[in-house]
Amino acid sequence: MSADGKGGDRMRLVVVGHGPAAYRLIEKLGNLGFGGAITVLGEEPRPAYDRVALTSYLGGKSAEDLTYPVPEDVTLRLGDRVTAIDRDARVVRTASGHAEPYDVLVLATGSRPFVPPVPGHDLPGCHVYRTIEDLDGIRERAEAAAAAGSGAGVVIGGGLLGLEAADALRGLGLATHVIEVGDRLMPRQVDEGGGAVLRGHVEALGLTVHTGAGVERIEAGPDGSVARVVLPGGKVIDADLVVFSAGVRPRDELAREAGLPVGPRGGIVVDAGMRTADPAIYAIGECALAGGVVYGLVGPCFTQAEVAADRICGGTAEFTSADTSTKLKLLGVDVASFGDIDPEGALDVTFLDPIEGVYKKLFVSDDAQTLLGGICVGDAGPYDTLRPLVGRPLPGSPTELLFAGTGGIHVDLPDDAQVCSCNNVTAGRIRQAIADEGACDVASIKKCTRAGTTCGSCVPMFTRLLQQSGVEVGKAMCEHFAYSRAELFDIIRVRGITTFSQLIAEHGTGRGCDICKPAVASILASLGNGHILDGEQAALQDTNDHFLANLQKNGTYSVVPRIPGGEITPEKLIVIGEVARDFGLYTKITGGQRIDLFGARVEQLPKIWKRLVDAGFESGHAYGKALRTVKSCVGSTWCRYGVQDSVSMAIALELRYRGLRSPHKIKAAVSGCARECAEARGKDFGVIATEQGWNLYVGGNGGFKPRHADLLAADLSDEELVRTIDRFLMFYIRTADRLQRTSAWLESLDGGLDYLREVIMEDSLGICADLDAQMARHVAGYVDEWRATLEDPEKLRRFVSFVNAPDTPDPSIVFETERDQIKPVMIPLEMVR
Amino acid sequence: MTMLGTATTTATATVTVTRAGERTWTPVCAYTDLLPERGVCALVDGHQIAIFRLFDGALHAIGNRDPYSGAYVLSRGIVGTRRGEPTVASPMHKQVFSLVTGVCLDDPETAVPVYPIRLRDGVVEVAC
Repeated sequence: MSADGKGGDRMRLVVVGHGPAAYRLIEKLGNLGFGGAITVLGEEPRPAYDRVALTSYLGGKSAEDLTYPVPEDVTLRLGDRVTAIDRDARVVRTASGHAEPYDVLVLATGSRPFVPPVPGHDLPGCHVYRTIEDLDGIRERAEAAAAAGSGAGVVIGGGLLGLEAADALRGLGLATHVIEVGDRLMPRQVDEGGGAVLRGHVEALGLTVHTGAGVERIEAGPDGSVARVVLPGGKVIDADLVVFSAGVRPRDELAREAGLPVGPRGGIVVDAGMRTADPAIYAIGECALAGGVVYGLVGPCFTQAEVAADRICGGTAEFTSADTSTKLKLLGVDVASFGDIDPEGALDVTFLDPIEGVYKKLFVSDDAQTLLGGICVGDAGPYDTLRPLVGRPLPGSPTELLFAGTGGIHVDLPDDAQVCSCNNVTAGRIRQAIADEGACDVASIKKCTRAGTTCGSCVPMFTRLLQQSGVEVGKAMCEHFAYSRAELFDIIRVRGITTFSQLIAEHGTGRGCDICKPAVASILASLGNGHILDGEQAALQDTNDHFLANLQKNGTYSVVPRIPGGEITPEKLIVIGEVARDFGLYTKITGGQRIDLFGARVEQLPKIWKRLVDAGFESGHAYGKALRTVKSCVGSTWCRYGVQDSVSMAIALELRYRGLRSPHKIKAAVSGCARECAEARGKDFGVIATEQGWNLYVGGNGGFKPRHADLLAADLSDEELVRTIDRFLMFYIRTADRLQRTSAWLESLDGGLDYLREVIMEDSLGICADLDAQMARHVAGYVDEWRATLEDPEKLRRFVSFVNAPDTPDPSIVFETERDQIKPVMIPLEMVR
Repeated sequence: MTMLGTATTTATATVTVTRAGERTWTPVCAYTDLLPERGVCALVDGHQIAIFRLFDGALHAIGNRDPYSGAYVLSRGIVGTRRGEPTVASPMHKQVFSLVTGVCLDDPETAVPVYPIRLRDGVVEVAC
């Protein structure tokens, strides 16, 4: 520890290099409560980013998308390469002349791509594939080549990264060649058989593969940059661009010059605690030689970073060996290998389908008892299930196991089986997160355990663990309630709970969120607990319900008075016009046969509604998850084809169900004849007149996923119609998920339409009397929310622009004019501060 | 943007370096003007500040501008907790912000400003 002025008594930890390993080290130190001062010196001009996802940068992701979160309490010096370590003085020096003293030094300098010294390797147009800057260079060159009308690229190296680079070149529109010196593609991951199948896939995509081939030289064209690649034997490939992907070499030069031991083929020698020969210096990631191996996969590098962090904090963690299994999708082909893929004296079982391009091979011990490893090309199905079982007794016959994960057998993972190899997370750790930490979905498992946060390939595996543990995936509403909306509805109804505080205290955790609060508010409202802005309920409502208006993109609201059935008198039309004119609102006819007034500021809402209520209007509940409109055609009163009075029925239904809060909005329509001018079959409930009465259709939807409503019952009398709709709506309100429209609800209902018919028409559950009574309570208890709000000074208090300047209009709200009406203008931040 | 204070910025300077003595406190409303678990907006020296009173009486102040939509609406979001941390969800597109740090918990690269807030003799005061 240093006690000098600068560092005080805090340990000064200096990290050289800011790549994924350094990122993980710092994150882990944070988790362990490391109290020292951390300085990171990085050569690249940007903070650490996710190199595993590098290719996605060419697919449109930005550098920022790939960048890891930068920890706040760390000093970052970027774009300044460290040039020397003075071990005696415990200081590192940088290219810019900066000297940084350390108590503990961590070398995380990574590796550099190996560029074979063939003639022409340094011509313009020769690239490597490691950093964002490399990709910028590749893209620029490829685009220039494409613009010049040619466009061919050569990747030297047919390993994992080489194929990724080839995929990138192909994506940039280049005719792509891959040259691999070995006898097959991806020689470290697949055997000869797998290589042949992989090659078939790659060639089918239009790439040209040259195996067993080196490069003789790279030749320049007249402009002095790459023009062709010459293979031994004289074969010539025209190329605008060459990418070297022939492996990497550890960047160990700093350590070497500082006198630290390095391996014969490079790599800084470290012990099991990731410490170099100098006890004050650690090395992690691709620059480290751990147990005689330099690891190039992100999983082992993360583990090394965690071990070093633990040691720095006084722990005893050890890095022994690491799983080098890989699974990836390259050029659209699944390729996976796990365990030992070249074991001596092992038995192997192979499946080959040359037509579909699938190759799978498992290695088992010579007594056929233990799984040793496997290779998959074209179908990585067995990988998820079998990788964690390497070294364990076979859970089934090897032939069956070849089809594990593809609908074949199911295998229970033991607790110590590793599920996420990137972050070293076991099945037991995930089960613990589910059982003890309340993890109930993919996102919370990621957060609790880090599993699935790097390459993501293990997500299907832990989703299965979630399902096996009895968690119905996606059922829990949010982190505060382990119940679905339907279960919460029953809890609230059966136990007579009337406040959110009581509910969360007795049946939840924390203080709620924007998911559970409005859902509970809706349930309380459906069960008739008074005005939605009464007491504590007000705090549960989202902004639309809170201001009884619809929030628009610039922070203003829109106002929709109810126009039942779409029928309106000239006097009322004039009032709407006058209100809109006097308050300067934009007006538009809606799809639900009413009029929407846009651009109202919060402090204007009560004044607008005072005028509307005085003229006999009511809230249209356009802001609520509630009944919106019952649209109608003009019906038998005027129409020469109409067979029933659709307008009167629509008005009666709209007035009956107005204000009914539900899991999502409810739209309805009534058509006066089979011509269906009201488009009732696109509604949650639609009524179509017949000569004998009414046909009732349910579960229709426009919107995101259009669905025609299903005929629930035919030729109903007025009374039967209303009773059936009452029960349909109340059963939906009781049992649907949060934000589930009737169409999705009906499709998810076990037994579907027949079951619905049994429940609400034949009373198979014996709940119809209850449903009827609940609807009767709703109808009797209805009050207009806006009228009640205007009559209550407490409720009106919220309608101010600023608490300390209630009448000052929000200066950020600005309009311009389009087609003689207002239109919002979004002001850039610079203008308003 | 109006530049406040010194013009120097550094990559790591997210810390407010005002000392207690330099702060100017502005009274904005009575504590009883605030509803538990709800926000209001105050206009202080041209800044729109969203002020929240939590169920336990705690007060928080953050910038009212939702950085995703550009609208000044965060005071109208739903208050809650995420893993115990008090939060508000933007009413526009539901991104959740920490009331303590201003950081968007769904996207930690994005944050809104946090302002000092205190209660004096029943009056809520903020500094900015």
